[in-house]
Amino acid sequence: MTIVIGKTKRVTGLKPLVEEMSGVNLGVCYQCRKCSAGCPVAGAAKSAPSEIIRRLHLGAGDELLQSGLIWMCLSCETCYGRCPMQINFPSVIDALRSLSIAKGTKAPKGNMPLFNRMFLENVKIFGRSYDLSMIAGYKLGSGKIMDDAGKFPTMLRKGKIAILPPSGADKKLVQRIFGRAGKNEGETK
Amino acid sequence: MKYAYYPGCSSHSTARDMHESASAVARALGIELVEIDGWSCCGATAAHQTDRVLAASLPAANLLLAQKMGLDTVVTCAACYNRMKVANHEVASSPAMRSKVADAVGSPYDGSVAVRHLIEVLLEDVGLPKLKKSLVRSLNGLKVASYYGCLLVRPHDVTGFDDAENPTSLDRLVEAMGGQSVDWPCKVDCCGGGLNLTRTDVVVRLSNSIIDMARAAGADCIAVACPMCQASLDLRQKDMQKKSGRPYEMPIVYITQLLGLCLGISPAELGLNRLMVSPDAVLQAISAKE
Repeated sequence: MTIVIGKTKRVTGLKPLVEEMSGVNLGVCYQCRKCSAGCPVAGAAKSAPSEIIRRLHLGAGDELLQSGLIWMCLSCETCYGRCPMQINFPSVIDALRSLSIAKGTKAPKGNMPLFNRMFLENVKIFGRSYDLSMIAGYKLGSGKIMDDAGKFPTMLRKGKIAILPPSGADKKLVQRIFGRAGKNEGETK
Repeated sequence: MKYAYYPGCSSHSTARDMHESASAVARALGIELVEIDGWSCCGATAAHQTDRVLAASLPAANLLLAQKMGLDTVVTCAACYNRMKVANHEVASSPAMRSKVADAVGSPYDGSVAVRHLIEVLLEDVGLPKLKKSLVRSLNGLKVASYYGCLLVRPHDVTGFDDAENPTSLDRLVEAMGGQSVDWPCKVDCCGGGLNLTRTDVVVRLSNSIIDMARAAGADCIAVACPMCQASLDLRQKDMQKKSGRPYEMPIVYITQLLGLCLGISPAELGLNRLMVSPDAVLQAISAKE
């Protein structure tokens, strides 16, 4: 990554938008890196929470949405729990995810956005999560058809995967919520 | 003791054993769980990774139903518990969010319905003295690693569950049942749950280190209170075995399954036959209370 430090003082890039969407003031981060030290996936993602914040400070734009951490972050909240300035970094990551979907950024390894879409599609239809249909949709879409195939018969036999779709939810209410809230805008003023 | 019960979607699928054991334990202890009529999904990880208003509105819809019942909400799934607590916090702390959520769900909600995990009810409302009196069998010194994961304890200012870095709720229950709660450093580590299908490699690595540490601490089993943790640690041991060439046979049981056994409830009623890794080591250790 190349960071060009210009002469103008005004920081552009995603920072103002991310701050507005997440409700987080990134200016209070002084790069102690406790967040990165406790992050269980920083190594595998090849990007760390403190680095994402610093890049936002320095005016990073859409290229930041390619960072591995954005879709590998587990929302385990360890970073938030340990931050001496109480920066809600998981909320920052959620804002970056929303932006990444809105801007149609290339799908990451494992295609978490597809998984989320399949999950929410099923909730929208049934009012509750329907694992069998959600997993089938994800597997077809991602091409990971044979992953865990060996475990499936055992899980079915043990009743760990429901065969029939869920029933009993107030589906009309759920569909109303999706109609009004699922616009992927984040929180705006 | 009467509560509005939110079972959560996994109760009818991957965590039927959690639902079965929680219901059986509640019945045995005189805790009345009234299922919220018409409950729907809390949105889980997928909603908060997609849209903030959606993530607050889905739990709010359920909390509004509980409000009409005039009861505190009791949740057994740590993920639902977390999403409901966060939704309450979002709605209570931001007027803008409050009005967006009201628009989405069709009625105003102020974030005031109390959300509690069944473990909190067991410790705070039933209490250990009464609980101990109800037990008919003992864990008989079984060494149990209590595993809390992320969603109960973080963000701690929002969930308020026990302690952020060293919670002891499960440990206290284990000791009350005559078990030996082991001292180990992975209580609030992440199992990788959210990536279970998408990045299984990450889940196997993170869960593997948790199980290795429990084993090094001398644990005979790991007690959990979250269906995602249970799935990662239980389901992925086959993958760990394949990766390392070493056997992995650590039983991963819900705390309510251990409690149920000590209350004299049959293993089948507690869904113990549904576990991937056999719980025989646990079942064999249990004996009549002295």
